[in-house]
Amino acid sequence: MKNRIAAFLLGTALAFGAGSAAFAQDKAIKIGVLTDNSGLYSDLGGAGSTLAAQMAVEDSGLAKKGWKIDIVSADHQNKPDIAVNTARQWIDVDKVDIFMDVLNSGVALAVNNLVKEKNAIMINTGAASSDLTNAQCSPNTIHWVYDTYMLANSTGQALVKAGGDSWYFLTADYAFGHALERDTTAVVVKSGGKVIGGVKHPLNTADFSSFLLQAQASKAKIIGMANAGGDTTNTIKQASEFGIVAGGQKLAGLLLFITDVHSLGLKVAQGLNFTETFYWDLNDGTRAFSKRFSERSKNKAQPSMVQAGVYSGLIHYFKALEAMGGNPHDGAKVVAKMKEMPTDDPLFGAGSIRADGRKIHPAYLFEVKKPEESKGPWDYYKLIGTTPGDKAFRPLSESACPLVKK
Amino acid sequence: MQALYAQLLVGLINGSFYALLSLGLAVIFGMLNIINFAHGAVYMMGAFCAYFLLNVMGIGYWPALIIAPIAVGIFGMILERTMLQWLSGLDHLYGLLLTFGIALIIQGVFQNYFGSSGLPYAIPDELKGGINLGFMFLPIYRGWVVVFSLVVCLATWYLIEKTRLGANLRAATENPTLVRAFGINVPRMITLTYGLGVGLAALAGVLSAPINQVRPLMGADLIIVVFAVVVIGGMGSIMGSIITGFALGVIEGLTKYFYPEASNTVVFVLMVLVLLVKPTGLTGRATT
Amino acid sequence: MTVMTDDTLPATRRSIRDEMIVFVVMAALLASVPLTGIYPFFVMQALCFALLACAFNLLIGYGGLLSFGHAMFLGSAGYFTAHALKEWGLTPELGILIGTAGAAGLGVITGVVAIRRQGIYFSMITLALSQLLYFIYLQAPFTHGEDGIQGIPQGYLFGIFNLAQPTVLYYVILAGFLGGFLVVFRAVNSPFGEVLKAIRENEQRAISLGYKTDHYKLLAFILSGTLAGFAGSLKVFVAQNASLTDVHWTMSGEIVLITLVGGLGTMFGPVVGAFVIIAMQQYLAGFGQWVTVIQGVIFVVCVLTFRRGIVGEIAHYLRRSL
Repeated sequence: MKNRIAAFLLGTALAFGAGSAAFAQDKAIKIGVLTDNSGLYSDLGGAGSTLAAQMAVEDSGLAKKGWKIDIVSADHQNKPDIAVNTARQWIDVDKVDIFMDVLNSGVALAVNNLVKEKNAIMINTGAASSDLTNAQCSPNTIHWVYDTYMLANSTGQALVKAGGDSWYFLTADYAFGHALERDTTAVVVKSGGKVIGGVKHPLNTADFSSFLLQAQASKAKIIGMANAGGDTTNTIKQASEFGIVAGGQKLAGLLLFITDVHSLGLKVAQGLNFTETFYWDLNDGTRAFSKRFSERSKNKAQPSMVQAGVYSGLIHYFKALEAMGGNPHDGAKVVAKMKEMPTDDPLFGAGSIRADGRKIHPAYLFEVKKPEESKGPWDYYKLIGTTPGDKAFRPLSESACPLVKK
Repeated sequence: MQALYAQLLVGLINGSFYALLSLGLAVIFGMLNIINFAHGAVYMMGAFCAYFLLNVMGIGYWPALIIAPIAVGIFGMILERTMLQWLSGLDHLYGLLLTFGIALIIQGVFQNYFGSSGLPYAIPDELKGGINLGFMFLPIYRGWVVVFSLVVCLATWYLIEKTRLGANLRAATENPTLVRAFGINVPRMITLTYGLGVGLAALAGVLSAPINQVRPLMGADLIIVVFAVVVIGGMGSIMGSIITGFALGVIEGLTKYFYPEASNTVVFVLMVLVLLVKPTGLTGRATT
Repeated sequence: MTVMTDDTLPATRRSIRDEMIVFVVMAALLASVPLTGIYPFFVMQALCFALLACAFNLLIGYGGLLSFGHAMFLGSAGYFTAHALKEWGLTPELGILIGTAGAAGLGVITGVVAIRRQGIYFSMITLALSQLLYFIYLQAPFTHGEDGIQGIPQGYLFGIFNLAQPTVLYYVILAGFLGGFLVVFRAVNSPFGEVLKAIRENEQRAISLGYKTDHYKLLAFILSGTLAGFAGSLKVFVAQNASLTDVHWTMSGEIVLITLVGGLGTMFGPVVGAFVIIAMQQYLAGFGQWVTVIQGVIFVVCVLTFRRGIVGEIAHYLRRSL
């Protein structure tokens, strides 16, 4: 592509002082961790994701085999335009090969376009929208950890079965919230429940009172929170102020991370049901990794599934590179190789990557423990159900992804 | 119906903040002829001050209600002495630009250290819980915010309109040279006034901390709404800004019930309407 | 703003000739950028902001009206152009036309409201109006709210120029910038510009001389908004997205900052200011929010000690008008 060559020639060290090798050697790779470093999602991604990437690089042992691996990190502030500008500059000037984390669905979908255009790679571990492997799927993108279809399928179904048959949505007003509401609505309706309404709130809202009052007035049995991070924890805290749970309505956290539970505290969070694909205390492999992670992380935090995904995704990426022996800059080719190879690591277990870019592994339905059940710090979850990988995600037969041959 | 009353309460709370902030803006404008763009930033500092008092020094909500406004007020007076004073005699727009710059600095520093998401500040134990009034569920803390701000607003009005100090203040606004001739230290008075306006904003910040969380950008978006409130009410009268502040909060609450989609914009739309009908604002005088 | 005009000389033939010389030098320098190897994306961005600031400067520097809501023109035109290109599949020239015309229309509506007050009130009203638009765009379906409009096709300008080619795009943006700049230049040095300056100096006197000052102010506001919109339309082709960032009040503040740094009421100040501020943002991007702090410091320093701005100081030193 002429475009790429021109950018190649023009993007020199002059403007940006990047003295590093513009024409990389065969065994040099650059990893870009694009995440929210300062906002409402910074606990579940942020610096922890960069740490996970560093650990993956160290554990891979590639440096000893002659590979040169650099990590850069940037804060996209949850703004798609800032993210795309950063990503474009990373690719054009800094020669970044692979994007990790990229949480926030709006950001992810925007970067997804660019990565495809420039033939780079994105292993998305943070964003939720299932569109990344459906209508918007790309030969350069792998969606690693979870998605809205899986969340709806697991948590939504369980809640309807438990009697929650009328729903009201409190939705973060951007790509992620819309996707989660859409996918959950489909599951609720399919399972025999009904949705009586919903309200959209801006991303990063501080005062949910007026939205909660609307949800309260709806008299729905379940208030589905199609939001995440700080927005979800704020909703849960303020709901108690207006006596919503005491009034008989149940809050459903469709997407919760362990960092959210930690900031809420067990007293507030107890009894919540939700789905994750990673928990630090699942088995010996996850415990060993998490112990090393928490020793190095800020406030001794355990890894979230997003951060664990960064580690796991990179480990698989490195395996593919080793198998290829070098020349890591053709994004689509590397991703094709990654799809060929089965995945296996201590964090997510054995799995695979489908043609549409969906990483397959089991999904776990958790319940938050009561304070008296918890045996120590970060001991928060009870496992109450497991959906095997082949049942957890959208079946390929329903896929709208052009990469899937039918 | 229950939802309507509840939304009205939410509106009244926002109205309290509008009133406290526009009141401070009006007081400062009257004396310094400056629109204090940093008003949102000092409001945020008030909340952070309460947060630090609690988490660093273990000082709770009630003392913070007094300490934070005084501390931030002193900060404001230093700002006035070191920077704003330099602008006397220059076009008023420079005051706006300078305070905008100050706001950017303050917000940027806090964002660096605390990110942009909220820090929790718990409701004091005495005001936890709620009362079921039959027609609505009233969280006690929110009721307290409305009552307390109303009291503070009225006290400020009394101070300025009915006391000797206030009379001097008003006279100095009208004719500083003459007041100086009576032996009153006008520059000191200006400094104190700025401190008072800033302190009111900080007080609003402390009140808001348990409701809105403590966030570096909590004041940045609010201040623009308050500007619209000020344009609607005109900055001519103290009582005018109090009434406009509360009234607009209530209107916003009503909008949240009847047409939630417009609740963010209703204040601005009202501003446009008022400008078309009565450009000087509802209580404003004809000048500027 | 009377204080800003201490050094303004009347537009003589000599000063116009000086400015033309500087203009030619500037155009030549900018035209040679693709040969230097500077990342073109950076320069294109700076050019869009430079044009935007020139449009803003027309109001504040020559009309004495400080608009704190100019982002609304930038962002609105961006959304209109992006929507026309992506959803309607229109050609780039039509997209730019729609964006610019939309900004002009917006200028008429907001101008009628805003010019009803002067001074500080004008600033607060423009700020509030732009916030009103921000909330509308936040909720309107066609803007896609927080997600923005992404992946906008660049297309072929007039069916010939492939805008996906960085070098071609660069010269198109440069041509747009120079054209917009000349419009501002022409407006300032016309009888219309002289009346504007008279209003800035003393509105009452201008009224007593028989000028309908409100008409002139409205016209200046619309012209400024239209040009700002033109800059917003061009920016869509550079960034390939349209987002809320461009309508937010921080953007309006940035426009003020750019012009203040370069020099209020100088012809070339906004251009210099744009390059300084955009370069600063690029270099300091790694420092996160410290960029905001530094911008605040620049504001404070400019207002307290450096009110003429970079170009204003140079002009003062050379005793020329630039």
